[in-house]
Amino acid sequence: MSEWQPRILAILCNWCSYAGADLAGVSRMQYPPSIRVVRIPCSGRVDPLFIMKSLQSGFDGVLVSGCHPGDCHYISGNYVARRKFAVLKPLLEFIGLEPNRVQFSWISAGEGDRFAKVVTKITEDIRELGPATRLVKKT
Amino acid sequence: MNTTNELRKSIKALIAEKKVDLFLAWEKGSLPLTATPLFVSTEDQADRAVFDVTCGNNLSIYFTKDRKQFANRKVGIAVKGCDARSVVLNILEKQIQRENVVIVGVPCDGVLDRKKVLAKTDGREVLELIDNGETVTVKGNGFDLLLNRNEILSSSCLACTYPDAQEYDVFIGDARGEVPNESRLKEIHDFQALSASERWDKTRNEYERCIRCYACRNVCPSCYCNVCFVDQNDPKWIGSTCDYTDTLIFHVIRNLHVAGRCVECGACQRACPMDIDLLMLNRKVAMEVKDRFGDIAGLDINGKPAMSDFREDEKQKFIMG
Ligand code: SF4
Ligand code: SF4
Repeated sequence: MSEWQPRILAILCNWCSYAGADLAGVSRMQYPPSIRVVRIPCSGRVDPLFIMKSLQSGFDGVLVSGCHPGDCHYISGNYVARRKFAVLKPLLEFIGLEPNRVQFSWISAGEGDRFAKVVTKITEDIRELGPATRLVKKT
Repeated sequence: MNTTNELRKSIKALIAEKKVDLFLAWEKGSLPLTATPLFVSTEDQADRAVFDVTCGNNLSIYFTKDRKQFANRKVGIAVKGCDARSVVLNILEKQIQRENVVIVGVPCDGVLDRKKVLAKTDGREVLELIDNGETVTVKGNGFDLLLNRNEILSSSCLACTYPDAQEYDVFIGDARGEVPNESRLKEIHDFQALSASERWDKTRNEYERCIRCYACRNVCPSCYCNVCFVDQNDPKWIGSTCDYTDTLIFHVIRNLHVAGRCVECGACQRACPMDIDLLMLNRKVAMEVKDRFGDIAGLDINGKPAMSDFREDEKQKFIMG
């Protein structure tokens, strides 16, 4: 039987990580086909509600990726985002969700290899956890 | 010293000197365990003001929830330590101007949680409450109970660090000073010591009881969006159900919305009809905000609410890769 493939939502900033994903693609780098990509204008646009909603609708994990500190297209969007994530992550862990399900990273447009590595890593981590159950809404 | 009398005197003086056209205080409620907000605009009305263990209401909510009424008016407000922090946040968030408010701090020894009193009387109706200082007497049909203050104080007060207003124009009586309250984070540390699945089960059991009445949101001085995300229907973010995933998302997001803005007044927990321990998550978030960014909500009138600020060199160990 083939290995279980988690479904991971990747929320990527248009100016960096999204282009990084493109670069990984055109450079024919290999990474697991586990992500579904949503392009956003800036990591600062990511409302924690998006993340919660994704987990509720059955994603096994969520990756949010934006520009490295100092490189934000809008100067400070990623700094504000970092504060939000810095509080969200321990809060989710506190209530008992598996911490590896929600991850954040900084990937620039030139870092196709880093993109492939991050996706591989998060996929492996989530594979270890198994399918999400805790916050998933049963309809 | 009698705080109620001093409060009345100070309201009268502010009105007589025309320093305020309106003063927000408390009066005796129509039920014995409650106080009612009082709007004073004449010296006579000031005689109705009281301050005692029933005055839990955080009056600053009028500044944000009834915004139009207060635009460009000189308003006085009586505040406990937590209320003062809310007023500071209202100022920092540009809901009111500092020069338009006169803040009157009252010495606070904690306010009661009605639910705790009713648990002591086995739900029997309390007809009279007498505050003796260390103890409180509650009377009703066929019972007369002497209760220790600590048994009935709001959980927020039992763990309060800043009982006195830190920002004020007038302070009545003796300040209590900062109370180093170790018990405040004890519950959190104990909880953190549990395994992830135990934490999840406990959280789920707690929040599964939520009936989504939104009393906690409505009473919160820091919750004042024109349209709350739970009321939006396009897009509809979360279902209007009591499914635990919906209620938990409501609470996690509510907690994040008040991150760096929750003054731990405990109003939400006192208002909750299902007696859910809302303060624990609030405190956890406050603890993270303090540890990571060094901010305590509403203490610094020259500060900035934590979540609308940043420093370039913040710790970011949690970032992958
Ligand atoms: S969340 Fe609760 S404790 Fe915090 S400010 Fe709002 S009502 Fe007060
Ligand atoms: S007051 Fe209690 S029951 Fe009502 S919405 Fe808040 S937590 Fe739920």
